Amino acid sequence: MQFNVMEYLEHTVRRVPDKLAYANDEFGLTFEEVYGQSRAIGTFLNRHNLHKQPIVVFMNRSPKAIAAYYGVIYSGNFYVPLDDEMPRSRIETIVRKVNPGAIICDESTKETVDAIDFQGNVHLFDDLIQCPVDDEALIRVRLSALDTDPLYVVFTSGSTGVPKGVIANHRSVIDYIENLSDVLAFGEDTIFGNQTPLYLDACFKELFPTLKFGATTYIIPKSLFMFPLKLVEFLNEYRINTVCWVVSALTMISSFKVLDKLVPQFLHTVAFGSEVFPVKQFNLWRSALPGAKFVNLYGPTEATGMSCYYKVEREFEEHEILPIGKPFRNTEILLLGSDDREAAPGEVGEICIRGTCLTLGYYEDFAKTNEVFVQNPLNSLYPDLIYRTGDLGKYNEHGELMFVSRKDYQIKHMGYRIELGEIEANVTRLEGIKSACCVYDKTTEKIVLFFVGETDARSIVKELKQLLPKYMIPNRIEPLDAMPLTTNGKIDRVYLKEASSKKGR
Amino acid sequence: MDELLKILEDMHPDVDFRQCDNLIKDKVLDSFDIVTLLAEIDGEFGVTIPVEEITPDNFDSAQALYALITRLSDDL
Repeated sequence: MQFNVMEYLEHTVRRVPDKLAYANDEFGLTFEEVYGQSRAIGTFLNRHNLHKQPIVVFMNRSPKAIAAYYGVIYSGNFYVPLDDEMPRSRIETIVRKVNPGAIICDESTKETVDAIDFQGNVHLFDDLIQCPVDDEALIRVRLSALDTDPLYVVFTSGSTGVPKGVIANHRSVIDYIENLSDVLAFGEDTIFGNQTPLYLDACFKELFPTLKFGATTYIIPKSLFMFPLKLVEFLNEYRINTVCWVVSALTMISSFKVLDKLVPQFLHTVAFGSEVFPVKQFNLWRSALPGAKFVNLYGPTEATGMSCYYKVEREFEEHEILPIGKPFRNTEILLLGSDDREAAPGEVGEICIRGTCLTLGYYEDFAKTNEVFVQNPLNSLYPDLIYRTGDLGKYNEHGELMFVSRKDYQIKHMGYRIELGEIEANVTRLEGIKSACCVYDKTTEKIVLFFVGETDARSIVKELKQLLPKYMIPNRIEPLDAMPLTTNGKIDRVYLKEASSKKGR
Repeated sequence: MDELLKILEDMHPDVDFRQCDNLIKDKVLDSFDIVTLLAEIDGEFGVTIPVEEITPDNFDSAQALYALITRLSDDL
């Protein structure tokens, strides 16, 4: 039985030590190198008496960052991935929140780390990997570890203005990787093209199966996702055959008709999720790659990664919506309608998840954890935890699960999960702002901010960029003389939403 | 040129697009901006930028982008 995700690496490094594991367009690491470097880092952290503590890894999106994550896991601690895409205030908020035992950085992020308020130890990756590996120490760490111990904390948007840290253990990650790999049929010949940032759970689809199978992951430079033709050239140059991307990355290629000019000729597995794939765009992909497998994935960070899948086999018309299908093996979906009863066939209910895939909850936030990780209301006999996603779903006539909408103000924008409340909370902090409300205009896919106050769009954007990641910056900003209110005295979001979509067209 | 600057300034009110000529390298524009820009340029100038022209060089400054639009509209 497997207890630790690093067992994937230990099996693979014996089999294919010299194979390329992770690479970008500049350099790569073989499994032997990943193994050596991560165990050096593991030894170093262990020698500093760090155990079961959060260790921040704040590095460029590169193969080295991945080796650093594994190094933290080897040391028996858990990693908190940060990225220089995040604005400084968000980095500071997270560092303050987790108060890490150490920060691992690289030359490109050192300056930022030095500038933030952190008293603990800061180490350069290139120094840590010089540490001689202490086999005995690493074995001691491993033998004392449990599969219910955490291995990472990833931060997602939080409605109060402070991001929430989701903390997961080995058991849930192993469960996820095994079942995801089964569904997508990964293998040793899989060559992944990674699109997602490394500081979110989305990248696990590539990182851990690469270890499990001795596959290879190419980290695609972010800038290529602006230039669709160059992106497809990259896929062909590196013979990438498997992608797990957000929908907007795929539609960017198809909507510019790149597929008429150049087809990603090695691509045989296309998994996507985090957003609804417009069928018109989807069909362009399907006709360009008739032999490929297309899989729609759905799942929240709180249940480790993806929980449901739908392999597209039948034809879809433009007005139809791709289902999210059914849960992975060893995962159950409960649809809870009103009064916490199971939704009747065809009725809309909240998607709730049961199984080993549940993470441990939110880091240092029992209140929020207990709100959404709750006793299964259908079971009054023994402890039985479910995660309430806040997503609404229903079954279609084929018995396939369909995503309907969110219960609250959470949105998906460019594949990122965003709480509109977090944007509002940060806007209202700004000087001169009296009140603010954010809505998402689905037709134009724009975040629209309405505000009342003595300031202008220019300074709002300028200041917000210091506080929020770029994907959370409103795409349109509208000043108002007064906020429209509902009869209950709350901001009338429905009215603003209608106003925004009228104006957007 | 003024119409183009207005489009760009609406997207990033905090950037001086007359001065900045490293829009891609300095990560001022992201993929979402490019998509928005293409649609706005199509709407404002009636110019559809073909995918071969969606390159870092053509989007690195307002001047370069305007030159591209002018070149493409001359071809019409």
